Amino acid sequence: MTAEKQEILTRLRQQISVAQGFKPSPISIGEGFGLGEIEACFSNNVFPTGTIHEFLAEHPEDAAASEGFIAGLLAKLMENGNSCLWISRNRKLFPPSLETYGVDPQQIIFLDLYYTKEILWVMEEALKCEGLACVIAEIPDIDFAQSRRLQLATEKSHVTGIILRKAPKRSLSATCCSARWQIKPQPTALNDNIPGVGNPRWEVNLLKVKNGEGGKFYIEWAEDRFAPFESQETKPQHQTITLPERGLIA
Amino acid sequence: MRYLSIYFTNLLCDYLATRKPELKGKVYVFTMSQGNRIMVTASSKEAEKQGIFANSVLADAKALVPDILTFDDRIDFNKKLLIRIAKWAIRYSPIVSIDLPDGIIIDSSGCSHLLGGEGNYLETILNKLKESGYNCRGAISDTIGTSWAIARLGRKSPIIGPGQQYNALLNLPPMALRLEQPIIQRLHKLGFDKIGKFIQLPASMLRRRFGQEFLIRLGQALGTEEETLDPIILKPPFEERLFCLEPIRTKPAIEIAIEKLLEQLCARLEKEGLGIRSAELKGYRLDGQVTETKIGTNQPTHQIPHLAKLFELKIAQIEPALGIELFILSATKTEPVLTHQEKLWSGKPGLADKNLAQLLDRLAGKVGPQAIRRYIPQAHYWPERSLRPAVSLEEKTEIKWQKANPRPMEMLHKPASIQVTAPIPDYPPMNFRYRDELHLVRKADGPERIEREWWMEPGEHRDYYILEDDKGRRYWVFRSGHYDEEHSTWFLHGFFA
Repeated sequence: MTAEKQEILTRLRQQISVAQGFKPSPISIGEGFGLGEIEACFSNNVFPTGTIHEFLAEHPEDAAASEGFIAGLLAKLMENGNSCLWISRNRKLFPPSLETYGVDPQQIIFLDLYYTKEILWVMEEALKCEGLACVIAEIPDIDFAQSRRLQLATEKSHVTGIILRKAPKRSLSATCCSARWQIKPQPTALNDNIPGVGNPRWEVNLLKVKNGEGGKFYIEWAEDRFAPFESQETKPQHQTITLPERGLIA
Repeated sequence: MRYLSIYFTNLLCDYLATRKPELKGKVYVFTMSQGNRIMVTASSKEAEKQGIFANSVLADAKALVPDILTFDDRIDFNKKLLIRIAKWAIRYSPIVSIDLPDGIIIDSSGCSHLLGGEGNYLETILNKLKESGYNCRGAISDTIGTSWAIARLGRKSPIIGPGQQYNALLNLPPMALRLEQPIIQRLHKLGFDKIGKFIQLPASMLRRRFGQEFLIRLGQALGTEEETLDPIILKPPFEERLFCLEPIRTKPAIEIAIEKLLEQLCARLEKEGLGIRSAELKGYRLDGQVTETKIGTNQPTHQIPHLAKLFELKIAQIEPALGIELFILSATKTEPVLTHQEKLWSGKPGLADKNLAQLLDRLAGKVGPQAIRRYIPQAHYWPERSLRPAVSLEEKTEIKWQKANPRPMEMLHKPASIQVTAPIPDYPPMNFRYRDELHLVRKADGPERIEREWWMEPGEHRDYYILEDDKGRRYWVFRSGHYDEEHSTWFLHGFFA
């Protein structure tokens, strides 16, 4: 395929996605989310806002990692002072921890609901509200029709929606989400082998991307931004436990 | 002003007959002991025919009718009944008061045309009461006094035209003026058996013989003295009523009613620069029940579409049953709307955003306000107490979130018990078992000792560790109390990102 044809194809793809309601992200987030390589997976090399993202978290540890990653995204989304809605059933998120990721927990409104129907209704209503930066809902499963409704709601308001599927029960079916993520915790590391736990590190799996290619990435939260790191997976792991020196304990 | 007075001839006995239909047509009385006598306090229609009236002695009544049925009266029982009836009558006028011992008074000014004139108005109310089993009479006139008199003693038309009270009173006995018993007796002794016989006498003479009270009562009946009602329910300053020509049963009709009421109410609120914080819609049903629907907002507003939407979410809860004949919408809480500030804020709205406030109002209407929370920090180290729900969207605090020590992304509501192998006192565990899975600890941070706030609850302190296992998963665990080789108890309290 010649370069010319490739270009035509890209342009056509863009036209189709616009017709489908996926508006190009506003230029205001020009510097991006600092996700590095990950952002290259999406069309236009921009993390898509104003659409629905799906996060899979099978275990509570994965859920915590996903929430950490989402908090990192929120820091950017809420930069303009807008607030955010966090809808959940049996919420375990501990609001003060968001501070670590540069998100003011006071700006987030939590809704604790019981029925999935209610959660979806609230999410759809919230996605229509233009004054919000992001709406996050914790539900185990979502089907195509439900996700399509949410997608339609975001198209007008351009609010970003995040569905955090904790312990999904049903097998993964197609959804209308613009990306499907899976975040897993990774061993941390400190410089010069100082004992202790370092910055949170994650393995980010982009399982599905609309008009783009997925992949596997390693990223950490370095104080106030995302930063890629080299995976330790290939290196042999220590079998002995390193105990912190008493004097160094925080 | 027009006043409607309703007089219940046998209030207590009629009420009892509605509860016990078998009493209909029987001779029965209510009694109460006074000193060492048992007095009749109320008698039924049939008992009155036999000559048994209130304030007679039960023994006398028994002499007249040996098989008379008696029921115990209670103090203020009639007052309770009257208040209940008066509340029902609110549907005909916003100002209703009780008139002890046996009547109610309705301020019918500007209300009667809704039912097609005073004649129909009076007839409708009396028929409704008679249908529910009360024997009653009513009258409408310019003054409370005249209405009272005509309702009890009038023999001609129950509706006294404006300014006609003088003529209407002429042929009535002096007791029609609501006077004390001794004065009535003195009037009869002097041959004044009709009001017409003394109404022309000079005021100074009447005052000398019968006292100032007598003149006030006379003046109140004629309309020269002021008399005020004491309404059972004070009318809120912002209230609108909608009387339906036909009883309403359908959703679209209720929507139209709400919209009409909101238009009237919001126009008034807007003029005064006020907005609704909470409002209440009452629907008066044909069967005498009242449906109540309440809404609340986060920011004062007088925007009709927004308020209509809040009510729309609640329409499903309104049960019209046979139909609703009257809607009353009242703003139970209002606050000034700061329109200028709204514009200032529009640049960087955040929590002050109007759209957000409206969204939260709608959500609160659907899922209940208790489901919506926002958290602000609290000055406590104990993790569970380090935050508290904010009271309002605007609430802020000087206290900062504590940043010195990391806190887990997810925290369990109740710490989960784990089995731990710890090498030396105050060292982090080597491994731990949580939910049947063994976690080998690779890295650790801690301990962070958090003392229990002994002035709030008793118990051990906690030593928190951040642990990372062989798969890179991070946990927040703590040991409760001091290290003790055999009896140390360990808990998992959270997950780090």
